[in-house]
Amino acid sequence: MHELTVAQLAKGLSDKTFSSAELTRALLGRIRELDGQYNSFISVDEAGASAAAEQADARLARGEGAALTGIPLAHKDIFCTDGLRTSCASKMLDNFVPPYDATVVRKFREAGAVVLGKTNMDEFAMGSSNETSFYGAVRNPWDTDRVPGGSSGGSAAAVAAGLAPAATGTDTGGSIRQPAALCGITGLKPTYGRVSRLGMIAFASSLDQGGPMARSAEDCALLLEAMAGHDPLDSTSADVPVENYSAALGDSLAGLRIGVPAEYFGEGLDAATGECIRAALREYEALGATLVEVNLPNTGLSIPAYYVIAPAEASTNLSRYDGVRYGYRCEDPEDLHDLYTRTRGEGFGEEVKRRILVGTYALSAGYYDAYYNKAQQARRLIAQDFAAAFEKVDLIAGPTAPGPAFRLGEKSDDPVAMYLEDVYTLAVNLAGLPGMSLPAGFVDGMPVGLQLVGRHFGEAKLLNAGHQFQLATDWHQRRPQTGGAN
Amino acid sequence: MSIEQDEIEKIAELARIRVSDEQVGELTRRIGDILAMVDQLQAADTEGVAPMAHPLDATQRLRADAVTEENRREAFQAIAPAVENGLYLVPKVIE
Repeated sequence: MHELTVAQLAKGLSDKTFSSAELTRALLGRIRELDGQYNSFISVDEAGASAAAEQADARLARGEGAALTGIPLAHKDIFCTDGLRTSCASKMLDNFVPPYDATVVRKFREAGAVVLGKTNMDEFAMGSSNETSFYGAVRNPWDTDRVPGGSSGGSAAAVAAGLAPAATGTDTGGSIRQPAALCGITGLKPTYGRVSRLGMIAFASSLDQGGPMARSAEDCALLLEAMAGHDPLDSTSADVPVENYSAALGDSLAGLRIGVPAEYFGEGLDAATGECIRAALREYEALGATLVEVNLPNTGLSIPAYYVIAPAEASTNLSRYDGVRYGYRCEDPEDLHDLYTRTRGEGFGEEVKRRILVGTYALSAGYYDAYYNKAQQARRLIAQDFAAAFEKVDLIAGPTAPGPAFRLGEKSDDPVAMYLEDVYTLAVNLAGLPGMSLPAGFVDGMPVGLQLVGRHFGEAKLLNAGHQFQLATDWHQRRPQTGGAN
Repeated sequence: MSIEQDEIEKIAELARIRVSDEQVGELTRRIGDILAMVDQLQAADTEGVAPMAHPLDATQRLRADAVTEENRREAFQAIAPAVENGLYLVPKVIE
């Protein structure tokens, strides 16, 4: 059961091959037995999951089931869950039990999905290796000496290891796509505003977007149908109708124009990874697509622009952690100033502090124009590159990450080297476009991801292209050796 | 652009983050590395380019000025570090 996709599990539930209670029990058993190796969960909700599975079985028996009724999944520990600790992998929120559900969590509950628990991540989603978590690093199920990517590394590892068939993630600069690539699963970052951010703990509000992580594009389509939609409680949520993504999966790719940016195949790309991506592009040609050379000349600006904009927004968003209303508070504060500075000094980890300080600097008097304003101008140049390319092509394709998963500790001492991990993903967030990572091969036994980028609100075309690729290839069906029962 | 230790101390004060004397040297070096990378931006020709604050260039929507939230003070205060009689407690501010 643990190797099946959401679509296959939904069929098994409707055929009564197994119940949600049986499925949930099996997965909770695997988590208990195996997650010591991966550390992919921060909290496991055995009681809540069992109760939700019983309710789902009753609903299915009444013939009132929806597409995801009875399907177990995991939420990244950045989504607030009513009554279930939501830590954002930070000491600051180690004791935080939200009094409400994120809109994404509520939508899955209403659909009858079963929440197994909350997955590990980089602290406040700041990282590309899942090593900045207060709860310890997550390990890649393909090789536990290697990182799973980040920041949604726990979600990616849990899905890859067969602990959950699907999970939610969030992506501010690559945090769904890069771990999906490094763990050999499928992950979709929707268009900015496609999925509500209410109750999704804020990192950089003009970039953050939640999305699905699963074993196939078909599953991502099912999950996105449940997650997406306008939310009056999120003023940046898009009032654009949600498409029937599943219905478009079977469309032919004949005549599809795929842009291949030279800038994504240059220096810095691991040669063997590049070969996997080129082979995937040839597969698309065999499916009837045409490859078109495109240029994204301002790609080089995306890392510096992102590392001004994201920290600037983070420094503002994280000012709310003050030790007064919820979360960590230092012991015996002398005065209000001591309460603030010591709570934040003790509650935040090193990478989070660095980013708050960089953001504070970029927004401070005398530096605003040189940094923040300049970065926002560069952001428009980057967005204009994509707009020009999309006049000629339907999708853009390239690598998700510059190479396969690296070893734990390999880059954790050098923030700037770590930032290069997101060189192909950051620009997509800056432009607000949807992007997806698909398993596209292996280098030395470690998975490689192909990134597809679509037009704004072009998720249906992305998922269609992903599904057709997965009908023709079996990279997404490869599973790591995990041991464990069933 | 390099950054000096006293500037890091000033920013840390603005951000209300206590940085210990042992940490500040390392922090200055790391942030200096990040700012040096970010300085690549200065080479970009952005003359006449309008800054982009929102990826879809959307503007803030307005809604009717109506009360839609219920009062959940007790639920919110239940998770606070220190409360008394419905108030959040902080160290004494006024002598």
